[in-house]
Amino acid sequence: MSSPPDSGSPRFPPTRLSLVEALGSTDPIQRTPAYDVLIGIYWKPVCRYLEVARRFAREDAEDLTQDFFARAFDRGSLDSYDPSKARFRTFLRICLDRFVANAIERDGRLKRGGGLMAAPLDAADAGPAVDPEQLFRREWIRSLFDAALAAVAEDCRSRGKETQLAVFLAYDIEPAAEDERPSYRDLAVRFDIPVTQVTNHLALVRRAFRKEALERLRAVTASPEDFAAEARDLFGTDVQ
Amino acid sequence: MTPLDDRALDRLEDVARTTDLSHPRYQLGPLIASGGMGSVYQARDLLLERDVAIKVLRGLDPAPGLADRLGQEARILARLDHPGLVPVHDAGALNDGRPFYVMRLVHGERLDHHVTRAAPSLAERLRIFLKICEPVAFAHAQGIVHRDLKPANIMVGPYGEVLVLDWGIAKVRGAAPLPAGPATAVAPGGPGATGPGSVLGTAGFMAPEQAAGDADLDERADVWSLGAVLRELLRDLPGPPPRPVAGIRDRALAPSPADRYPDVTALTRDVGAYLDGAPVSAYRENPFERVARFAGRHRTAIGLIAAYLLMRLLLLALDRPPG
Repeated sequence: MSSPPDSGSPRFPPTRLSLVEALGSTDPIQRTPAYDVLIGIYWKPVCRYLEVARRFAREDAEDLTQDFFARAFDRGSLDSYDPSKARFRTFLRICLDRFVANAIERDGRLKRGGGLMAAPLDAADAGPAVDPEQLFRREWIRSLFDAALAAVAEDCRSRGKETQLAVFLAYDIEPAAEDERPSYRDLAVRFDIPVTQVTNHLALVRRAFRKEALERLRAVTASPEDFAAEARDLFGTDVQ
Repeated sequence: MTPLDDRALDRLEDVARTTDLSHPRYQLGPLIASGGMGSVYQARDLLLERDVAIKVLRGLDPAPGLADRLGQEARILARLDHPGLVPVHDAGALNDGRPFYVMRLVHGERLDHHVTRAAPSLAERLRIFLKICEPVAFAHAQGIVHRDLKPANIMVGPYGEVLVLDWGIAKVRGAAPLPAGPATAVAPGGPGATGPGSVLGTAGFMAPEQAAGDADLDERADVWSLGAVLRELLRDLPGPPPRPVAGIRDRALAPSPADRYPDVTALTRDVGAYLDGAPVSAYRENPFERVARFAGRHRTAIGLIAAYLLMRLLLLALDRPPG
């Protein structure tokens, strides 16, 4: 517990307990994996949020992220989540803001100015405006999709579907700009397959990606309502 | 694998949001509308080279019964051939197994939006209302009750054509009832989407017996809903509606089905009668109102007669010998 994730694929709680129930469990068999799942998806967004939105130096951001999750684990500060008040993602960010405010007050090590800025975004010298909520959401999605993509890639390789994966990566992931995106015909020539197969390969891997992303979302949301709301936002659809 | 850059993330967000409409014949376009059961996309029919609309079951993991409902809706629309209903061209299943059906791409705006934007006169509103009633009466004649009539399910086209949409929870007389879907609450009133639930329909546009879960409801449930639509059509008029029109609305909205119009045809007959200046069954007028209505209905003839009589009086006066 309390270490940065080394892979994009967090483990999942062994039961159908909701994330919050598992986080609040007194049984370490439930609780520890739940925190691992939480950290697997939230570590990078939290760290990035502290670095960009709260303008901490990277080392400080990493230390604070570590401390935040360690404290949440020790004190159970995320157990009090109430699904009727906010999404879990928003709740976690609010907890993080409170934690940072307390840390700044408590710890003289985090000084304002120089390379150790901890200024709120609305400070006069904050530079280009960044909506903290939007930033945190985007980094959270990036982390979620990173994990889903890693799982899809692993699954494709294990099942001998390297070509399908390669077509997907070449079309949806690798192009640095829209005008560098290859046409289906380019991909067909490059991978020596019919154009119709490009469509099929893309559909197959995209479908697998959606499924993986949805499953990861289910694992890192705190309740069925939280999951439904996030899924509607992210997938534009209702899921049970 | 390196972390996703911003462009790849944007593309994956699109991938996540895009229905997997990989189908050899239809090329997916933008999302047009989203309801309780399905999402409607604009699409290109590559075979016939025309734009169409595709309704796809919402959700990657739909509740049991919803696929049956979508199929039933397609079959109902295919059975009902009427200019006030959207024709179905095709039906099938996507690669991921979700059912879809293809229909004509409808242009226009929702009834409530149309009324807000165009602010039609009372007579125009009543003529729109008659056009809404026509396909509903036609469906009733085929044994089909819509059960979810509301402004959000009615489209007004650029040439004044009116289409009644969303037959997803329609009841087919004599058919076994389909599962209600997930046990969610009834959708709130207003422009909201229909909520699938043990009681199907939309609060505010649902007849009392329908809200009470009556399984034996008949066409008069739609009469009530049409009354609610009429109520909405009359809502923002300057001043109260004329008494006969209010009487029509109130009879359609009678809490007991026995007190309502027995069918949509009777309702439209009253609305048509009002537009023609004839008496309506839902309102007993007093003698003054009867005279005023008569005068209004025959004002041209009365004007001509009055002019004729005035002229005769003038001629009589001029013909009288002096002294």
